[in-house]
Amino acid sequence: MSELTLVLIRFAYLAILWILVLSCISVIRSDMFGARVAREGARGGGRQRPDRGEKRARSKPAKPRRGAPTQVVIVEGGNQGETVSLQDAPLLIGRGNDAAIRLDDDYASTRHARIASSGEQWYVEDLGSTNGTYVGTSRITQPTAIQLGTRVRIGKTVLELRK
Amino acid sequence: MSSPGPSTASRGSGFVHRRRRGAELVLLLLSLVVGVGAYAAVGLGVDGTLPVDLLTHGLWLTVLLLGCHVVLRRFAAYADPVLLPIVGALNGLGLAMIHRIDLGRQARNPDAAAFASTQLIWMTLGAILFATVLVVLRDHRRLQAFTYTAGLAAIVLLLLPLVPGLGRTINGSRIWIGIGPLSFQPGEVAKVLLVVAFAGYLVLHRDALALAGRRLLFVDLPRGRDLGPILGMWLVSLGILVFQRDLGSSLLFFGLFLVMLYVATERPGWLVVGGSMFAVGAYLGYLSLGHVQTRVAAWLDPFDPDVNAYQLVQGLYGMGWGGLVGRGLGQGQPQITPLGFSDFIIASMGEELGLTGVMAIILLYGILVERALRTALICRDNFGKLMATGLGVVFALQVFVVIGGVTRLIPLTGLTTPFLSQGGSSLVANWAIVALLLRISDQARRPPPELVAGDDELDSDATQVVNLR
Repeated sequence: MSELTLVLIRFAYLAILWILVLSCISVIRSDMFGARVAREGARGGGRQRPDRGEKRARSKPAKPRRGAPTQVVIVEGGNQGETVSLQDAPLLIGRGNDAAIRLDDDYASTRHARIASSGEQWYVEDLGSTNGTYVGTSRITQPTAIQLGTRVRIGKTVLELRK
Repeated sequence: MSSPGPSTASRGSGFVHRRRRGAELVLLLLSLVVGVGAYAAVGLGVDGTLPVDLLTHGLWLTVLLLGCHVVLRRFAAYADPVLLPIVGALNGLGLAMIHRIDLGRQARNPDAAAFASTQLIWMTLGAILFATVLVVLRDHRRLQAFTYTAGLAAIVLLLLPLVPGLGRTINGSRIWIGIGPLSFQPGEVAKVLLVVAFAGYLVLHRDALALAGRRLLFVDLPRGRDLGPILGMWLVSLGILVFQRDLGSSLLFFGLFLVMLYVATERPGWLVVGGSMFAVGAYLGYLSLGHVQTRVAAWLDPFDPDVNAYQLVQGLYGMGWGGLVGRGLGQGQPQITPLGFSDFIIASMGEELGLTGVMAIILLYGILVERALRTALICRDNFGKLMATGLGVVFALQVFVVIGGVTRLIPLTGLTTPFLSQGGSSLVANWAIVALLLRISDQARRPPPELVAGDDELDSDATQVVNLR
């Protein structure tokens, strides 16, 4: 085995090692920016330019459909009467400072629940709160769809979606 | 933890992650080139010919890794695509280096034991455990039910080496159990169980820990009944480890507990309290324990003739001789460093692959930890978030403590380099950790199921029936 071959093997091996590192990083990169938008991407099929799908999704909620909920109203509890616009959804509900709907309710957790939309549908999701989030009478364990007027109970507070 | 950051916002507008199993396969093949290539290069460097068993070794590695890949395709299709290739590459590289040091030691003493074949068997066991975890555990949230069981099991496992007849003392630490010819380090499994226990406990009590309690100086102290159980669990495990003279693992558990507490409560005060507790504990340990003083002296001045730092100095000379691009695989003298195949494998890597190679290895570890933390960020449930953070921190701390110790950044404490070092228990436990991480990331990246079929055609203001279940 000549000295030259060994030197070549040495550098080739280091190159392979770095190619692995760099390709791992490039897969992570495409993972960061390449996530498809759910509905549009699935409909278009195949690989879509991610930025195009993103643009379309962003232009969609510009004009809310007639009859779609636009605000959350607190109908019972310490903050009764407060309304919050749904425009900057997802909304975080809880006692914490960073909550969009800040509740003055001893039975609510710091980060209690979240209201978010998927397409036209609004969902409420419990964020691991201590006392739970109730839609109607049942405690929810997964993101649950809510309509106009569905009563969402958090501690002693009741929220509703309104037009 | 669940603040509405960018990840939450993007989830709200309906991003889905792609499966990326094809990308994983490509990376996996590349990692096989790294692992098998290292084995071939070792043979060429030492003997000048390709090793006789290159084909069987390569086939064995390929079968193991592709098997894991198939299991992922079948049982965790959305799991992170980078984790398995990184683990495969590190493990393959470790095997090649252990084999290389076997050859070096056998050249001086033909009777020296070969560790590489045993390590390959342990890797096979690890891969089998990996597949079992992924097949059996379909949802990581089920582990939350085993919070206290896991904590208790961890303490029992840590106590096992103290049982007379079962425990064995190797290299001054009583952290092994021996059954027949096999020896096993139960602490390695205990660390996985402790992560599960901490995560399960903290996810239930994080609100109480963060909000209820008195304020002392500038730190919010939680109530005793909130902190008590977990503090007890942790003190017991830490006490056992100090008693068994396993400094590395006690450092690992301490850091793990602190980071998880900080992540769960979002109170930076914990880091201050923990940091000062660590400083006091380390100082007391330095004053009272002889072997700690030896380690610190070797760290401060390893070239002092009065200090017994032969191993550290050999490692440093090895890395220095390796320089920027290394001697080339099979052409250094890594067998001179005591334990160059386990604790000091990074020094052996530095000798034969140079700074360039060691930086690549450290970057691979960095990506591994980054993927774990990314999984924690996008995970939907808090238990998964905490568990992924904890598992990532286990890797991060281990790598920091070992590589920091070998390169003389911090005093040397014995811990295994994940996936590289010779040592079966650590290898098997780390494969299980990666399986858990992949399970969590599969759950996190999987698009949420369609909940209620939203009828897009029905464009009316009419009141709709609410499904109350």
